[in-house]
Amino acid sequence: MTDPLDKVPADVPPDGGRDASPRKYSGPIKAVPVRHYGRWISAVVVLGLLALLVRAFADAQIQWSVVGDQITNGTFAWGAWETLKITVYSMVIGVVLGAILAVMRLSPNPVLSSVAWGYIWFFRGTPVLVQILLWFNLSLVFQYLDLGFIYRDEMNQVMTPFVAALLALGLNEAAYMAEICRAGIQSVDSGQTEAAHALGMKGGKTMRRIVLPQAMRVIIPPTGNEFINMLKTSSLAFAIGYGELFLRGREFGSRTLAIMEGYIVISLWYLALTTVFSIGQYYLERYYARGSSRSLPPTPLQRLRKQLSSFRVQSNVGGVKV
Amino acid sequence: MSSQSTQPMVKAENVHKSFGHLKVLKGIDLEVAHREVFCLVGPSGSGKSTFLRCINHLEQINGGRLSVDGRLVGYREKGDKLYELKEKEVAAQRRDIGMVFQRFNLFPHMTALTNVMEAPVQVKGESKSVARERALKLLDRVGLADKAKNYPTQLSGGQQQRVAIARALAMEPKLMLFDEPTSALDPELVGEVLDVMRGLAEDGMTMIVVTHEMGFAREVGDALVFMDDGVVVEAGHPRDVLGNPQHERTKSFLSKVL
Repeated sequence: MTDPLDKVPADVPPDGGRDASPRKYSGPIKAVPVRHYGRWISAVVVLGLLALLVRAFADAQIQWSVVGDQITNGTFAWGAWETLKITVYSMVIGVVLGAILAVMRLSPNPVLSSVAWGYIWFFRGTPVLVQILLWFNLSLVFQYLDLGFIYRDEMNQVMTPFVAALLALGLNEAAYMAEICRAGIQSVDSGQTEAAHALGMKGGKTMRRIVLPQAMRVIIPPTGNEFINMLKTSSLAFAIGYGELFLRGREFGSRTLAIMEGYIVISLWYLALTTVFSIGQYYLERYYARGSSRSLPPTPLQRLRKQLSSFRVQSNVGGVKV
Repeated sequence: MSSQSTQPMVKAENVHKSFGHLKVLKGIDLEVAHREVFCLVGPSGSGKSTFLRCINHLEQINGGRLSVDGRLVGYREKGDKLYELKEKEVAAQRRDIGMVFQRFNLFPHMTALTNVMEAPVQVKGESKSVARERALKLLDRVGLADKAKNYPTQLSGGQQQRVAIARALAMEPKLMLFDEPTSALDPELVGEVLDVMRGLAEDGMTMIVVTHEMGFAREVGDALVFMDDGVVVEAGHPRDVLGNPQHERTKSFLSKVL
């Protein structure tokens, strides 16, 4: 054999130089790390701008004591509760109906897929505020809600602000969720469906057991986004007199003339609600990430620590501080 | 068993399959006997994988007759008419046919153990404890008893393919289809998968193997078919076809892969 790899260059000792001592370049690398001057400067600029903004609000004609008093006021707390309630219920309708619509849309059955298409076309194509008002005034079309022997009542009795807002927000959300779920389902490799079919699983079971659990990884981030959107979109229900957070803030402003104070209080409530849900979303994503990568993504605390450490000037090369 | 042993396990008569205008299978005739290891070789695009996928109705044939253990695949014949089978009936036919894919297609959200347990529990309605016991035995048989709790991403390609074989065996199939089971593997991992397949063959499993591993075909195979351009070019015992090919196309193909 005259493999060129087997040849040893003449200037290297017979053992390949591997065990020659003292070894060159032994021990970990000590290098001068890259200095991130830009990060320091931009951090100072951002903090400066933030200080100016805080001062502007502090000097403005805002009675901060009113904000402090009202933040725990029952009116707002109940408003937040109503906002939370309508958001959760609407999202449940949206997610369940959206998943069904997505499966219908992808179905080979032309009736199912065109019904789903038509639904999405209508509910995505008209403003939510209009849909809320349409539902609330449904008695102009159907005077009675008549379910035969089971139930019969005047539509005005049934269509309370809560029911109208719930239907409008939930059904509208379903159209958006349908598209999100469709994207998720289509993101799953077709080999998964084939493998399930080859094992004798039928379509419905393949969808529930194999495809949807994998689609969740793609579906959850935009769904969390939709949830947080819904917390705020639900404020449109004020138009039909549903007593959610925004309506309370508006009423407080017109009653006491502390307009800005009322809106600041509800903003703080909205922020608190969205923060709590962002954290919940994070852990839900972590759960569905199992099996998709070798290690789970870091918790927020681990991530924060890593980000702060990028300001330090120590080098990570070779694991030693310089 | 329901069938007589004289009947072939798989019988193809003039099988045609096309995708749109593209004719992929142009009249395949072959028979696979019980307990036989049947190898399908040929250049890519020759239709061998498509034919394999027709056997468990992942693809629907357009012409001819294809039957497994005496029953037509995907159709019912009544008088001189063919009726398409319902989804439920197709699924029932597939239960008895195991399939192993080139790209493994393990369920990534399940551990090795639950991958193997999934079909017996969900399709056969077996109790979890029974299914778990069999799954552990099968994982042990493919040499992965210690990897039961691992997710597919934590396994090497060869280990994943061995779990996939265990998953197919969990349904206790009478026929196993292998679609280029080692083509996606690093060279040093091919052996461990072939070893498992060799063991299966020794236990008498009927196997149809689409492969480029001519060494395996020669050593383990009982019959071999060389396909090209949608037709069977040459068939016979692997020793004869590989050792002494008669057709020009077979010769030129083998000269490239051997």
